[in-house]
Amino acid sequence: MFTFSLYLLCFVLLGVSLAKDRAKTLMALQQAWKSFENMLPQFLSIFIVIGLTLAVLSPATISRFIGQQSGWGGVVIGSLIGSVTLIPGFIAFPLAAALLQSGAGYTQIAVFISTLMMVGIVTLPLEIQYFGKKAALTRNSLAYVFSFVVAIIIGLVLT
Amino acid sequence: MKALIKRYRLFLGLLLVNLIVLGLWPEYGQKSVKITGSNLLEMLSVLPPIFIFIGLLDVWVERETMMQFMGEKSGLVGVLAAFLLGSAAAGPLYAAFPIAAIFLKKGCKFSNVLIFIGAWSTTKIPMLLFETSAMGWRFMLTRFLVDIPGIALIAYFTEKLLSKDEIQIIYGKSVSGTQS
Repeated sequence: MFTFSLYLLCFVLLGVSLAKDRAKTLMALQQAWKSFENMLPQFLSIFIVIGLTLAVLSPATISRFIGQQSGWGGVVIGSLIGSVTLIPGFIAFPLAAALLQSGAGYTQIAVFISTLMMVGIVTLPLEIQYFGKKAALTRNSLAYVFSFVVAIIIGLVLT
Repeated sequence: MKALIKRYRLFLGLLLVNLIVLGLWPEYGQKSVKITGSNLLEMLSVLPPIFIFIGLLDVWVERETMMQFMGEKSGLVGVLAAFLLGSAAAGPLYAAFPIAAIFLKKGCKFSNVLIFIGAWSTTKIPMLLFETSAMGWRFMLTRFLVDIPGIALIAYFTEKLLSKDEIQIIYGKSVSGTQS
């Protein structure tokens, strides 16, 4: 549904652009292709790494690590798994909900969700390509530390 | 041809690794191929419009306009614009990087671009709705309220920890990245 509206908006804008200026529109499309091709090699690599990681770290494996009574060890492991994996939200949230039901703590789940979203070890090479080493590493490290803050607060609020 | 192979050598190497895994541990190999395939499909469905937006933005939006909204002197408006643009997004975080690059190219303030990345990573509106249905509104709301200052702080400190020269180099990359 969301993708559909994205395409719709895209076609409308392209149409307007085309009506206003053909040459400029062509330039825009060339630019789009260049930006895409520019990141394609990194992209493809990342996908294979994600595939390999998730083949090993399946939901079943993850729940073994951050399941019941895993304590602070579970929080640390949750943060590490969240950092190295790249799972789309529509899979991650149901997984998190299932983990909660099987007895995992809110803190472990929250740190997993937060690092999953904010920290990207696998996508780091791509981020470095755009932002340079220092900015990318700084952002990811700060996000990693911050995820613990989020997790602790969620743990306090919800339990 | 040679240049092409050089650019894609990491990918080709990883492809080889995956083939080896497929041969030695077929169970994991097949699973990873399946996951890679579905991710590629997801990417191919979301990315084309995103890159067309980037292209259109590059051609139609004047640097001055963009700077007014999110540039060095945009103040609170720039911060809010960055939050809203990031939150309205769709797609995984890596799709945000090329957009961030075009924002830099158009003269957006560095910390605003970082806020955009932060918002894209955690406060995407479609995702929040989904989060609420899976985890309950208290979980979502707590995370959301803590994340907002968090995103701003991460952006602020990342900018502070970089020198002016280092930031200039990043702006330089954003120009060469779309023009080479």
